[in-house]
Amino acid sequence: MYRKKASESAEEEGLVNRSKEMTQIIAGGLVIGVIASLLVLFGNPSNMGFCIACFLRDTAGALGLHQAAPVQYIRPEIIGIVLGSTLLALAGKEFSPRGGSSPMTRFILGFFVMIGCLMFLGCPFRMIVRLAGGDLNALFGFLGFFLGILTGVFFLNSGYSLRRTYRLPALEGAILPAAEIVFLILLAAAPAFIHFTEAGGGPGAKHAALLISLAAGLIVGAIAQKTRLCMVGGIRDIILFREYRLICGFAAILVSALVCNLILNAAVGGYFRLGLAGQPVAHTDGLWNALGMYLAGFGCVLLGGCPLRQLVMAGEGNSDSTSAVFGLMAGAAFAHNFGLASSGEGPTANGKIAVIIGIAAVAAIACINTFRRED
Amino acid sequence: MTTIDARGLSCPEPVIMTRKALKSKENRYTVLVDNVASRENVTRFAESQGFRVKLTEESGQYRLELSK
Repeated sequence: MYRKKASESAEEEGLVNRSKEMTQIIAGGLVIGVIASLLVLFGNPSNMGFCIACFLRDTAGALGLHQAAPVQYIRPEIIGIVLGSTLLALAGKEFSPRGGSSPMTRFILGFFVMIGCLMFLGCPFRMIVRLAGGDLNALFGFLGFFLGILTGVFFLNSGYSLRRTYRLPALEGAILPAAEIVFLILLAAAPAFIHFTEAGGGPGAKHAALLISLAAGLIVGAIAQKTRLCMVGGIRDIILFREYRLICGFAAILVSALVCNLILNAAVGGYFRLGLAGQPVAHTDGLWNALGMYLAGFGCVLLGGCPLRQLVMAGEGNSDSTSAVFGLMAGAAFAHNFGLASSGEGPTANGKIAVIIGIAAVAAIACINTFRRED
Repeated sequence: MTTIDARGLSCPEPVIMTRKALKSKENRYTVLVDNVASRENVTRFAESQGFRVKLTEESGQYRLELSK
């Protein structure tokens, strides 16, 4: 019943060309690092060339889902990542509308991943970008992130599963790409009901020109689709399989963003400062930086990928990932409505409670889907 | 021959299932997956474990035949 494929002739050398794969992901990571660094030069907030959590939060604010005036802007990078993934997936015949693998659980996981990210002030992607800017607070975040992934891997090895996906109508897979096109129209038309941070009013006002941000997103989305780049997957695969491919992408982003930042710092200043205090859009509470990223790392392993990877998979037609993305946006809205998000001043009492609740909720989801399988 | 049905599952689950199945030390396995990322990941893992992988495709579903 299965049709033979021409690629069988490559059987002798193996179907996977390891060196080509490695070259692709390292080259892709290097390009993404340069883009992340340059976006700051073109106007994005410092150490925030890319931050999926922050940008989804800004987008939620622009749509009026929260009222935190300093962080409201429809970020074209997000639109670009989703559409870049969709376009490349369509071109490569990989666009595949599917879903049905515990969509509401994924929504909740996305929600709490965002609570963790906004405790730390950044997604795993921005964690790398912050390290590349010399922000050593991100090391505390990285420690928590690593431990969170370790916890998630324990459940994966014990049989954790959110069950199977099924093929769905094309429309189902096109929901997020279509929504992003609507967001792009709203951004360009800027009607009065869309909220934009006023100039000088906070990080939301700092952004590169629309077309630059959009192009950056398209390139990063396409690279991430092609290489399956994932900040969580890198560490997860090393622990699970001693597989180093994805971590090479992670490392390549760090190296190229760091080199770019050092060059820009020498040329114009303000792109690299090694230390803990006074870092842009960051706080110095090590414990809560670690706990925030612990929650994010744990939740992302259960989701099967970091926030960037969720955007990319949603772009490929995976409506479970769309649920996760909407969960991330809802989490961001709640974080600002309930005073859960940290600021440069540090974490809030409400935020600490929310992170503890989040860790408990994510652990409960992990346990229930690991030890109570009823297929 | 053991068949591992990982259709509808996304990575890393198909690779974990394959790794667990490989503990039975047989010389041949069949793995069914239905997305390209899982196909690549299972193939990469199987080849790293010394298996040769034969791929056949039918309307978006992939049958990976692993043999030593």
